[in-house]
Amino acid sequence: MSKISIVFDRLRTEEKMLQKEAEELGHEISLIDAKTTQINTDSQIQDFNFGNIVLERCVSYYRGLYFTACLEFLDVPVINKFNVSTICGNKLLTSMLLKKNNIPTPKTHFSFSADAARENLNDTGYPMVIKPVIGSWGRSVVPLKDKDTSDAIIEQREITDGPLDRIFYLQEMIDRPPRDIRVITIGDKAVTAMYRKSSDSFKTNIALGAEPEICEITNEIEGLCASASKAVGGGILGVDLMEDNENGLVVHEVNNTVEFKGLVKVANINIPKEMIEFAINSVRK
Amino acid sequence: MNCPECDAELNIPEDAAVGEIVSCGDCGADYEISKKDGSTVEIKEAETVGEDWGE
Repeated sequence: MSKISIVFDRLRTEEKMLQKEAEELGHEISLIDAKTTQINTDSQIQDFNFGNIVLERCVSYYRGLYFTACLEFLDVPVINKFNVSTICGNKLLTSMLLKKNNIPTPKTHFSFSADAARENLNDTGYPMVIKPVIGSWGRSVVPLKDKDTSDAIIEQREITDGPLDRIFYLQEMIDRPPRDIRVITIGDKAVTAMYRKSSDSFKTNIALGAEPEICEITNEIEGLCASASKAVGGGILGVDLMEDNENGLVVHEVNNTVEFKGLVKVANINIPKEMIEFAINSVRK
Repeated sequence: MNCPECDAELNIPEDAAVGEIVSCGDCGADYEISKKDGSTVEIKEAETVGEDWGE
């Protein structure tokens, strides 16, 4: 029997499923609320009861990221690692790593001021897609179909002027069917996949109401996902692909604290069980 | 237990755990279960969705 902990800040269906599977596999499991946990520079691993391995499952990206830093400071094994979370939570870093590792990915332009973004779009033409460097669930992902739209979005960014509003991530619009593919990888292996079909939006996030449909893991998907997982440092990940009508499959995102309540409805494997087994086996090695 | 916002009765499932969110069926306010000891349950206002929320 092993002891596993789940660090959370909002107990969702996924965390409860993980808890149930760990218990059914005979492991001891603790649910640890990141919001109420105190850690300081004198803290020692024995001050806590994290067990053999921690699954970091915070819904807040930064809370999870910095909690992971604390866990690594305490030498507690954690999935995913701080470096993996840093990369996967940041679309700019992810895009660059995918490209660096020769993984097909949409061409993406980076600008570091509003004027430079306008100039960039003037050169690329339309359509393009603007995405926040850090953000999830399709928030603030906007198709830029013409100059009027891009002027409005860039002006909005100038008004809000958050630190990351000055970083412009401008991606080519992929000509694709109205769906994308979400693949869960566990230890660099693609274990299950779904199409996420959107009926009335170009966004395909399940959180926004896209419908899941099982997707066969082809050799090509398997290979791309293994490469993408290795490129960002591995662990438990959600790799997102689009079917580019011109160039075939492209990887556009790798997600860190992967949500799976949509996929679990159509998957023919036990996703939380696979995750728990991987976590336990990763500390046995 | 009643909703602190609108005083309607809150439906808290018996198997609800600390950290879980319950919503008021009448006004829609969200509450997080902050403590649970047998049938004694404490709630607090749930965090609102943050800009960095998601996977």
